[in-house]
Amino acid sequence: MRRLFPHPGLSVLLVGVWLLMLNAVTAGGVVLGLVLGTVIPIFSGPFWPDRPRLRFGWGIVAYLGLVIGDIVVANFHVARIILLRRTRDLRPCWLVIPLDLRSAEAITTLAATISLTPGTVSADVSTDGRFLLVHALDAGDPAAEVARIKARYETRLARIFR
Amino acid sequence: MSALAEIVVSALIVTGGVFALIGSWGLVRLPSLMTRLHGPTKATTLGVGSCLVASMVYFPSAGLGWSAHELLITLFLFITAPVSANMIAKAHLHRQRCRLDADAADGIGEDLPETGSDAGWATFGDR
Repeated sequence: MRRLFPHPGLSVLLVGVWLLMLNAVTAGGVVLGLVLGTVIPIFSGPFWPDRPRLRFGWGIVAYLGLVIGDIVVANFHVARIILLRRTRDLRPCWLVIPLDLRSAEAITTLAATISLTPGTVSADVSTDGRFLLVHALDAGDPAAEVARIKARYETRLARIFR
Repeated sequence: MSALAEIVVSALIVTGGVFALIGSWGLVRLPSLMTRLHGPTKATTLGVGSCLVASMVYFPSAGLGWSAHELLITLFLFITAPVSANMIAKAHLHRQRCRLDADAADGIGEDLPETGSDAGWATFGDR
């Protein structure tokens, strides 16, 4: 079973995306989706030598909900900055976030979250993977912003990626 | 199509359009590349997002059938948008290091922060 489905999560995702792409649940679509979901993880397995183990469940759903909510709130915040703040009152700065996450996939997810929530863009990671370089559009207190990102996103991701 | 659905769809489209416009305006008026990078990430997330939600509400309520493609567009957009922003930022860091942008308003060529350990930033390799 393990050899046939080396990556069950990826298989489920592929079948799901395939059915969404077809936009209909038909017998032929499900069969072809299952074939793709079986074959692609087997052939792409060598590219994932030590893939992370995810804890599927409410943690992921709650994290997605939190990020989507933050995106909406932060959009209004940044829109106000763009429209109302004068350029010389902007306080753009670099944030260096020390990482507790170790797996590359978890750090990538954190960096993507930071880029998607407006007001911060992740720019770089240190060569030893312990620090993340983030550009903030307007941060009055860089240390508080770093603490917020760590408490809000990183602790939740640490629970999802075990 | 019911009046309620019409109100919801038009409100979502207007919201999306306004945020796309604000994102583009940010691209014009913000002072430096790194701050301008924040403008387009806004337009893709909430601007495109609410247009997609409007489309998901419109087609079923107009009797044209349910479509799932909007979910896929959202998924692919959320995967690709951070990567392209990251690539632009990395290219900018290289240009700064090579002094190609003489008067960047960030001034980050001089004071890019240290990593906090012996390792450097990955964009510049092991130096």
